[in-house]
Amino acid sequence: MSQYMLLVYEEEVDPAVQAEHERKLPMFVELHRSLREAGLLVGVQRLHPVQSATSVRVRDGETEITDGPFAVTKEFLAGYYLIECADLDEAIKQAARLPMASWATVEVRPVMPPGEWLRVARAAGAEVPDEAVNDLA
Amino acid sequence: MEPADAVSDAIGRAFRDERAIVLATLIRQAGDFGLAEDAVQDAFEAAVTAWRRDGVPANPGAWITTAARRRAIDRLRRDRSVADRAERLAELTRLDAQQEEPSIDDESTIVDDRLRLIFTCCHPALEMPARVALTLRALGGLTTGEIARAFLVAEPTMGKRIVRAKRKIADAHIPYRVPADEELPARTRGVLRVVYLIFNEGYAAAEGDRLVREELCDEAIRLGELLTRLMPDDAEVWGLLALMLLHDARRAARVDADGRYVALDAQDRSLWDQDRIRLGLATLERSVRLRRPGEYQLQAAITALQIQAPDSEATDWAQIAELYGALGALNQSPVIELNRAVAVGHAFGPPAGLKLLEPLLGDQAIERYQPLHAAHADLLRRAGDSEGAKRAYGRAIALTANAVEREELERRREALR
Repeated sequence: MSQYMLLVYEEEVDPAVQAEHERKLPMFVELHRSLREAGLLVGVQRLHPVQSATSVRVRDGETEITDGPFAVTKEFLAGYYLIECADLDEAIKQAARLPMASWATVEVRPVMPPGEWLRVARAAGAEVPDEAVNDLA
Repeated sequence: MEPADAVSDAIGRAFRDERAIVLATLIRQAGDFGLAEDAVQDAFEAAVTAWRRDGVPANPGAWITTAARRRAIDRLRRDRSVADRAERLAELTRLDAQQEEPSIDDESTIVDDRLRLIFTCCHPALEMPARVALTLRALGGLTTGEIARAFLVAEPTMGKRIVRAKRKIADAHIPYRVPADEELPARTRGVLRVVYLIFNEGYAAAEGDRLVREELCDEAIRLGELLTRLMPDDAEVWGLLALMLLHDARRAARVDADGRYVALDAQDRSLWDQDRIRLGLATLERSVRLRRPGEYQLQAAITALQIQAPDSEATDWAQIAELYGALGALNQSPVIELNRAVAVGHAFGPPAGLKLLEPLLGDQAIERYQPLHAAHADLLRRAGDSEGAKRAYGRAIALTANAVEREELERRREALR
């Protein structure tokens, strides 16, 4: 068996369209359940929107912090780390420790906890039971 | 019924004096920047009706605090999408049940809360315009509309920028606390940069609503004063306040009746605000006494020397040159080096100035900077090289986009004949 990462790219849409997407939550719950039953799902996590991103680079020993995602140009996604921190300051500090931070850019994106994913979807009108939260992680 | 004027005055005062404190405390208690801001906004709106009906309360700050907390509770009850909703509600309800308002906590809690608020608003993970806007709104009490007018952007654009920043604070968990000791110096520099940017936006720009612009200068100075109360041991905090006061003292003399910029030498000194100058010098003194020279302190010291001399001739240019040297050692920049060359030219004669300036003519970072060529021309003229000066003025004229500046440079070139 080999592991594959499925990266999901979205465009920013207006709130009405976004709400429509949120209401599709039962489809996610269903999919995750079936992937898990088939023994294929290693993990799934929704990220907060791109506006919550912070880019971290280390140049000449100084940590440079900028608001916003890493602008895609000729660079490619090389890997990922999933870390658990008290807050953004700590996450930035850990990001700056990556050896690649001194030649690449590390984008720090907060993960949306499953409970919040559920709340956001419900606020948009999705109908899902509380237990669905177990299928969102 | 209280007269409308008395109520608006009381609300205006409470807004100016208490809003930031109430907000800073409520953010800590509610654990949510955006929610607390909305609740404080609601409370001020409610005050308009309630105070008109029942009279201005004896302690307006405590009234606003209680009202804002209750609005926060209402908002939390309605909004089911908030994380940790139950815990937050429990904490706010507990505080609300306490008999007496802990007289807006004690002084040190207020200081801590406001410092937390400043560091959150000026967090480096927020884009600079958002840092400026949040600081003006949360600490300065400016409305989104006022900030938008000051920065010449449409109000909805500014509104979106603020909403986006608050969303990022919540989603990315930008902490609401004073940074740890090892991060504090860098983060404090970041805060000072935001305050100085607000000041410069009000001071330097020629266009826009002048009254709003002047308000930005006043606001930046108020923020600077607040920082000196919150961080009295930081020399740069005092240095920045001194620098802003010394610039601001000359505000009235900076532009002539036609709105044209007037250079320091040509300013009508009777228009300078002597009280502000005295305050600025005393503030600079506080900074110097902490014995940690930094960029703002050095710039303030240079400005102080220029202001205190009766004219350009009597200015202590040798000391100014030395201060620019110290500034350049902290922060290498061709503009600082240019200023040093000009000071050296005044102190030790044009050839000494030219010797420092000439290497800059080939520096890509500054070679298209008009003041470089104007200064070069001036030094050449004083060194007796009219032909060289004419060429340098020509280069400066070609680089200026400003009609008033061009006129002045052409006048100087003509005077060479």
